[in-house]
Amino acid sequence: MNRIDESFSRLRERKKKALITYITAGDPDLEATIRIALELEQCGADIIELGIPFSDPLADGATIQAASARALNRGTTLKGILSAVEKIRRRSEVPLVLMGYLNPILALGAERFFARAGTVGVDGVIIPDLPAGEMTTISKLACHHGVALIFLVAPNTPEERIKMIVRESRGYIYCVSVKGVTGARTKLPRTIGSMVQRVKKSSSLPVVVGFGISRPDQARWVCSPRGGGADGVVVGSALIKVIEKCQGKSSLLPSLSQFVRTLRKSLDGV
Amino acid sequence: MAKNREAYNYPDARGYFGRFGGRFVPETLIPALDELESGYRKIRRDPAFRKEYQRLLHDFAGRPTPLYFAARMTGDLGRARIYIKREDLAHTGAHKINNALGQVLLARRLGKTRIIAETGAGQHGVAVATAAAFLGLACEVYMGEEDIRRQHLNVVRMERLGAKVVPVNSGSRTLKDAINEAIRDWVTNVDHTHYLLGSVVGPHPYPMIVRDFQSMIGAEVKKEFSSRGNRFPDYLIACVGGGSNAAGIFYPFIDYPRVRKIGVEAAGVRGISGASLCQGRPGVLHGAYTYLLQDDDGQIKEAHSIAPGLDYPGVGPELSYWKEAGLVEYHQVGDREAVTGFKYLAQVEGIIPALEPSHAVAFLLKFIKKTRKGESVVLNLSGRGDKDLGIIENQKKSSNA
Repeated sequence: MNRIDESFSRLRERKKKALITYITAGDPDLEATIRIALELEQCGADIIELGIPFSDPLADGATIQAASARALNRGTTLKGILSAVEKIRRRSEVPLVLMGYLNPILALGAERFFARAGTVGVDGVIIPDLPAGEMTTISKLACHHGVALIFLVAPNTPEERIKMIVRESRGYIYCVSVKGVTGARTKLPRTIGSMVQRVKKSSSLPVVVGFGISRPDQARWVCSPRGGGADGVVVGSALIKVIEKCQGKSSLLPSLSQFVRTLRKSLDGV
Repeated sequence: MAKNREAYNYPDARGYFGRFGGRFVPETLIPALDELESGYRKIRRDPAFRKEYQRLLHDFAGRPTPLYFAARMTGDLGRARIYIKREDLAHTGAHKINNALGQVLLARRLGKTRIIAETGAGQHGVAVATAAAFLGLACEVYMGEEDIRRQHLNVVRMERLGAKVVPVNSGSRTLKDAINEAIRDWVTNVDHTHYLLGSVVGPHPYPMIVRDFQSMIGAEVKKEFSSRGNRFPDYLIACVGGGSNAAGIFYPFIDYPRVRKIGVEAAGVRGISGASLCQGRPGVLHGAYTYLLQDDDGQIKEAHSIAPGLDYPGVGPELSYWKEAGLVEYHQVGDREAVTGFKYLAQVEGIIPALEPSHAVAFLLKFIKKTRKGESVVLNLSGRGDKDLGIIENQKKSSNA
């Protein structure tokens, strides 16, 4: 059983929701990414998504675009990120998911990427510009190397595509809360609940919601029965804003830690 | 003339030209692309749509554009007969209006009330602003800050036509970044907005739609040659940025191997170029698998060309297929040579070309020695050069300094 599945089954036993945290790898640098990832786990993150920076992140809003640019300026590469994963893995069994655009993966070689990902202990991969059904060799490679390929569902995804996405996905299903790019939003659409319910009807995999969730009350609402009862939430841009604000300061880890603990507490109150 | 027996039939049902193309976009856009494709396939066969499109092309855009025999140039160079396809004479000054009119009609049919577009040189932006004004649709055009600076005339034109020009300050602040921003807008406003993509790039079905809406260029050339009782031209030459004017003139001849098709990319200056086909390798950008300028880590490189319309690190997936299938050959011409081509055409033929097709002119000036008397070449003059006079003036100043 893969670490993602184990994590969700433990959460289910304890009747808890998953807190998934996203940070851009290499922002401000890869050494910091390793420290941040370990700290996030300590503060109650169940799964950690590491963003692979790309020059043209067209599904991302301003916050992650800026983080991507900072990481690239520091010379972050996909190879470097895989080595960072290896280092995290020596010290932690937290499920690690890499999230990034297709081109850097193709440039490294998809075969080589998934082989190495499997070896260093990557549990899942999310590719926002690879919709289900496109370049299906990627799914096969992921499967072969024991890496869960996680697909996204959008608010406007029709029923028959949801069925296909559910069939293709491993690990969990990632519901995008809004039509749009990543980034904190003050208001979330009320339709999230019905989307989560629709996906849950055709899937036995855990269903999580991401894009736009920045506050503890939003995280709790999405996982509450009224919000659709998602199995977890992904928080990204809000964390990156903390990293951005505390760049080069000793307050970075304490500030992150405080924020993630509030998210955890709020989720545990569902 | 000899025609290939196996008729060319791309894209396939999944939106691929051989191994190129596809739909590499966020899930949110998949339903919109499906809607666009089925809407397009319906109107393509609809006589009412065809009639209205033809009428607009004729009465509003001024088609067919002339196929002009460049007698002075032919005499001066002394080899093949040179014809110029005068897309610069189409309304708004470039071939871009062909596609803009087709797509706004399509958008209206799909019930969209807002049009967004990207633009590099501003020619596509002006064409979209024109077509949107004509049909009373709200219009916003994304344009890199660098291009806003160097193509100021077109910014003023778009604004006068009622469009909102949205400056893009990410990345290299040029066409690539304008496309990123337009896609982000589309993902957010997909219900009521049509993204009017201006080149044969992007996810399926855009490369097919834009190619089809430009292919009257080649069809008119065919018709002109047939009606004069001549055999088809021996050479077709067009500049290639994203590839829309090249696709427009090449595609109707794609089954005719004896018509040699030559695409001219921008070699730029000091190793920084827009020549994805000549210098790049395949990857995924803006929704398609195609040739790209990228580094070893798969990060997209900044492109450069003196011609803002060629300043793009990718190219249409169909043009990538044509390269690999050997159906079209590609060459490259740098900034300095392009300016030479610009000046030559202005002085010898009295036509001020845009800097984009000036690359094709410059290539022809070198290539002509390889042609023979009795042969004929058609150069696609994709746009006029008023917009570039500022760049040319600045060049003159800096080379005098």
